[in-house]
Amino acid sequence: MTTHYLVLSALLFAIGGIGVLVRRNAIVVFMCVELMLNACNLAFVTFARQNGNVDGQVIAFFVMIVAAAEVVIGLAIIVTIFRTRRSASVDDASLLKY
Amino acid sequence: MEPAEILSHAGGGAISLAWLMIVLPLAGAAILLIGGRATNKWGHLLGVLMSVGAFVVAALVFLQLIGLDPAQRRQSVNLYEFIPGVANIGLLIDPLSISFCLLITFVGSLIHVYSIGYMSHDPDRRRFFAYLNLFVAAMLLLVLADNYVALFIGWEGVGLASYLLIGFWQYKPSAAVAAKKAFVVNRVGDFGLLVAMFLIFAQFGTLSYAEVFPNAAQASQGVQTAIGLLLLLGACGKSAQLPLQSWLLDAMEGPTPVSALIHAATMVTAGVYLVVRSGAAFFPEGSTAGLVVTIVGVATLLAGAIIGTAKDDIKKGLAGSTMSQIGYMMLAAGIGPAGYAFAIAHLITHGFFKADLFLGAGSVMHAMNDEVDMRRYGGLRKLLPITFVTFFIGYLAIIGFPLLSGYFTKDGIIESVMHHNAILGWLAVLGAGITGFYMTRMVVMTFFGPKRWDEKAHPHESPAVMTWPLIILSVFSVGLGAYLILSNRLLVFLAPAVGQPAELPVFHPFSVPGLTTLALVAVGAGIAIAKYGRSEVPVVQPRGSFLTVFARRDLYGDALNEALFMRPGQWLTRLAVFFDNRGIDGVVNGLAAGVGGSSGRLRKIQTGYVRSYALSIFVGAAVLAGAWFVVGTL
Repeated sequence: MTTHYLVLSALLFAIGGIGVLVRRNAIVVFMCVELMLNACNLAFVTFARQNGNVDGQVIAFFVMIVAAAEVVIGLAIIVTIFRTRRSASVDDASLLKY
Repeated sequence: MEPAEILSHAGGGAISLAWLMIVLPLAGAAILLIGGRATNKWGHLLGVLMSVGAFVVAALVFLQLIGLDPAQRRQSVNLYEFIPGVANIGLLIDPLSISFCLLITFVGSLIHVYSIGYMSHDPDRRRFFAYLNLFVAAMLLLVLADNYVALFIGWEGVGLASYLLIGFWQYKPSAAVAAKKAFVVNRVGDFGLLVAMFLIFAQFGTLSYAEVFPNAAQASQGVQTAIGLLLLLGACGKSAQLPLQSWLLDAMEGPTPVSALIHAATMVTAGVYLVVRSGAAFFPEGSTAGLVVTIVGVATLLAGAIIGTAKDDIKKGLAGSTMSQIGYMMLAAGIGPAGYAFAIAHLITHGFFKADLFLGAGSVMHAMNDEVDMRRYGGLRKLLPITFVTFFIGYLAIIGFPLLSGYFTKDGIIESVMHHNAILGWLAVLGAGITGFYMTRMVVMTFFGPKRWDEKAHPHESPAVMTWPLIILSVFSVGLGAYLILSNRLLVFLAPAVGQPAELPVFHPFSVPGLTTLALVAVGAGIAIAKYGRSEVPVVQPRGSFLTVFARRDLYGDALNEALFMRPGQWLTRLAVFFDNRGIDGVVNGLAAGVGGSSGRLRKIQTGYVRSYALSIFVGAAVLAGAWFVVGTL
């Protein structure tokens, strides 16, 4: 009965993951990360429903809070990088290496 | 007769002040070395004063000693306990040690006086006198010690002083090398002495003469022989006997008074002293160790004489002769109580005439701008009359010209060896003949014939401060032998210390060996005069026959050492260096290089591209999930 939700969740997670790997724009990568987080949330909620308890729902709330905090910091970093380097490409920010 | 018992000195008289003999020159050395340049002005005078002071003390001790009953003449004076129960620092005053003390301090003082003149132009004269004093102090400690530990301290002190003095002109590379060589070769001998001391301690539990000597017979034959041979190794190192002879010829790099004091009159006699001192205990008559001593002695006396025949450097010729004469002493010391007195008598007279010869050679060098090549001398007898006369007396004494010192002492050795072993005796006679040749050659080349020096040299007689010691030494070279040998004076005097043979030797002036010796010496001298006196001596050294080159190269002793010890040693070090570089360092460096190289490659993973990191996280997560899935289904 809940299989469709889980399949949707997996599809969303896969789309998000591929987006993170293949896209260069930091904003898009960021959005893909959010997509993966929300795919997880969907899975949590689905399992909560399936098992008949609220644990998964509680965790989904936590994930939202973490995602909100992450957006705040992540966007701030992206904006700062864009201001100094005139680029939002994640490949350009590659100074921290061997 | 066995040696007398060693008594503990009750105190009183000069004997209880015998330590002053060592302390005076030691203090002189300390003052001159610590005082530094401030003592430059009067340093040489202080050095002479300290040496003469030591002689005065030695003479007073001697006078007190001969006043005692012969059975009382071995007294040990305890100074303090060094290693409780093992060795005290104490002095043994007996006829043997006091004979050495008189020789060392008397000849030493004359050489000190001579050095004032010889080193007068040297800016480092003070340092020279400090080392001379140090040497005298060490040598006195060596002969006065009443145990092997204190003897060893003196032994090493002598080695040190000798090193410092040979390398005195250390800015000359040859002198620095010679000093090192002497030190290293002596070290080989010291090793023998040290191991002998270990054995003695293991066997007897003490190193004091008073306890070791009377109990020596209780040790097994093998141990006794081993100790004897090891002591002999030590003696060979100090006395430049085969096979440790190579340092003595190079040691002539030092200033000439050093050659006279250390390498003729005193230091090289330390080995003879050691053998005679330990003789009754470890080299008893007819023992294997004693036989080896005599063989070493004969081999060295011939080798030294042969080397002496081919040397053009006057000092090296004399050095070969020193080796040879010390060989005679060793030979006599090896045959037991019958030879001790003659060994010591020859040692004492040799101390005088060899010092005379060396100082004479120094006087010649002083006159000739430090030229040592005898081919560039010639005809000096008119220009250096005093040097010539004194040198000539020393020469007559060393070849054993009748009635001079060497005649009595060398003849005594040959006679006593002849009774012991005829082959060794005849070899010693042969050595005397060679001595006649090379010493005559030296005198003829230096003082006779035409002038061969170049225009720049202006030979002049040395100042009085140098000639007076020569005169005094030559007077002793004339009369001392007769005094010591006739009516067995020295033998009877030494008897409490070293024992005496059951039958006292009688001096035969016309025995077969004695006459043969004289004849051979005359033949040797005649050949030398015919070869160097009657015909022109080339100024440039001719190539010479195979035999001449053999002798000139010190019988290839250095080549032998090089082939046997130096080259294998070098191979060993090269092998060790190779093993260290390639083996030990190879492992360590290889490990480091491996870690460094692999981490250098590994760090390339850190590309800085966020997406590649993300990919690796995904792959990792996928692998983990896959693994979990697989494990879960199993």
